[in-house]
Amino acid sequence: MRLSRDFRGTLIVAFCGLAFTLVAPEVLEFFTIITLSQVIGLAILALSLALVWGFGGILCFGQTAFFGLGAYAYAVTATNIGGSTGAILMAILVAAAFAAILGYFIFYGRVSDVYLAIITLTVALILYSLTRRTSGPEYKIGNALLGGFNGTAAPPLNLPGDAGTVLFPEDTFYVAMIVLILAYVFCCWLVRTHFGRVCIAIRENETRAELLAYDIRLYKLGIFTIGAALAGLGGVFFCVGVSRVTPDVFSLSQAAVAIIWVIVGGRGTLIGPILATFALHYLTASLGSQALLNANLVLGIVLIVFVLLVPKGVVPSIIDLADIRRQRRVARSRERRLRLRRTRNGSESAGVAE
Amino acid sequence: MDLVVSLALQILYGIANLALISLGLAIIFGMMRVINLAHGEFLMLGGYTVVIATNNGVNIWIAMLVLAPLVVGVIGVVVERLLIRWLYGRMIDTLLATWGLSLLFIGLVTSIFGASTATTISPPLGVITIGAYTSSGYEMFLIVVTVLLLVAVYATLKLTTLGLVARGTMQNAEMSSALGVSTSRIYMITFGLGAAVTGLAGGLLAPITGILPTIGAVYIAKAFITVISGGMAILAGTATASVLLGGVNGIVAFLTGPTIGEVALLVTAIILLRLMPRGITGTLFRKSL
Repeated sequence: MRLSRDFRGTLIVAFCGLAFTLVAPEVLEFFTIITLSQVIGLAILALSLALVWGFGGILCFGQTAFFGLGAYAYAVTATNIGGSTGAILMAILVAAAFAAILGYFIFYGRVSDVYLAIITLTVALILYSLTRRTSGPEYKIGNALLGGFNGTAAPPLNLPGDAGTVLFPEDTFYVAMIVLILAYVFCCWLVRTHFGRVCIAIRENETRAELLAYDIRLYKLGIFTIGAALAGLGGVFFCVGVSRVTPDVFSLSQAAVAIIWVIVGGRGTLIGPILATFALHYLTASLGSQALLNANLVLGIVLIVFVLLVPKGVVPSIIDLADIRRQRRVARSRERRLRLRRTRNGSESAGVAE
Repeated sequence: MDLVVSLALQILYGIANLALISLGLAIIFGMMRVINLAHGEFLMLGGYTVVIATNNGVNIWIAMLVLAPLVVGVIGVVVERLLIRWLYGRMIDTLLATWGLSLLFIGLVTSIFGASTATTISPPLGVITIGAYTSSGYEMFLIVVTVLLLVAVYATLKLTTLGLVARGTMQNAEMSSALGVSTSRIYMITFGLGAAVTGLAGGLLAPITGILPTIGAVYIAKAFITVISGGMAILAGTATASVLLGGVNGIVAFLTGPTIGEVALLVTAIILLRLMPRGITGTLFRKSL
């Protein structure tokens, strides 16, 4: 009963997303639509982190490592084979494989969560300094120059099996939006499967889950790898939206904003981080157009304020608030019913007495 | 022979560099179990202090050795009082809050001084000739300073009352507060000292690397990896991890180039953590400082 009600919520959100997809190109400017494709890539990144951190309990500060690897893998593969479909699969595969290897060392070494945060962050930062150094002509994979600081060009999407038919920016927006919705529904489904519930159990209490004979290392590695695959997919849409991929995808500030989206949106929800991505991206974009307040400054303040004052994030706080109100309402109506019954009983017993 | 000496000095400098940038982080982490993600920005602030002071006519040695640690130490104390002290025991929240702080510092410095620096300072010492090879005198100076700094931290922890109380607090905060130690004050002083050491390191490195608001990102990955590989013991951990990682990095970088050298550093650290999840000093030298 509870399960079906939860899933109804997912479907409602998905339909809202679908409605937005259909309406947005009619209402918004063309430029905004192009920008939105990038933001959707970032939203998929936020979703992947929401899954890994909020449901797997894995504090992955360097989720951007997989995001960036996905973007680079897509750009390089698409440049070499000339089509985007195989390149997208490649991006997902590279990100997942890298996460599986890294995760093996982390989870089977039983690295605790704070160390894990720092290790993943460090991996992203090392990738950052590595890709920045690849500026010479000798650094190329197939036909694709890695291009160091300037990065490499990311070819646009095309129809599956037909490399000649390149999608227009509006079509790219549709595709990205549908992928985001599907990814969201997939994550909602995943956290309700047996696998997902075990992951949540591990998040709540590792020792207890282990005593119940679940191999927590394997489950953690599983959800970590799935999250990385999603992040890689996000990287594809981000670099298609920008039409370039630069080392900045691995940078410290990129890793920071991903964390901020999840903190602001709320750990333990999937829709919160997605909405936070859109909202905060809008905020930083409008801050970028004026010189008074630096975007880093504002993001830093947002992060500190949320950690100190709203540690649960926006969406869970709203849900909590609604829950409290509903409980009060239920309590009040129950009290009223009780009082009513008591008075009725009272009058009946009075009637008998007469 | 000359090549060997020159290479050895180069590797030694790499090791000293790692130890220098990690020591402040290790002090704060080892003492307070707080991983300071604004560590890179403390280094950056140390660098800015030196550049601004020398541009205003202060002697460069005074700027590097006195002003940089002083300014960043004071900033550290302020940060501890305003932010960190509300978050003790909530390790993940301290990580996030210091990350916010890191962004805040980058934003502030960018707003005040701009995204790039026009003026830089050059290393104050000349070159040293070893046979057919030359080596930077300033790098030699940094090796000496790092060793002195490690000795000074060791002496402070081992020989002074403050060090004794701090070590006691590190082992068992409740017990030491029951014995009349103000643990809150000890934490404040420790954080300030860690920040001061970091500021000193940032100031000393400023002539070599130049400074930018975002320069912290260059150091921070290496500093974290060193401290985490080292484990809980402040000095032994930092020293052993620096020797291991700096050595691997130096040798591989000599053989193949700096890019592969950094990869080797990272891979070594990850394999090390697979074998010793609590760092080097979690397995070896457990009684050390």
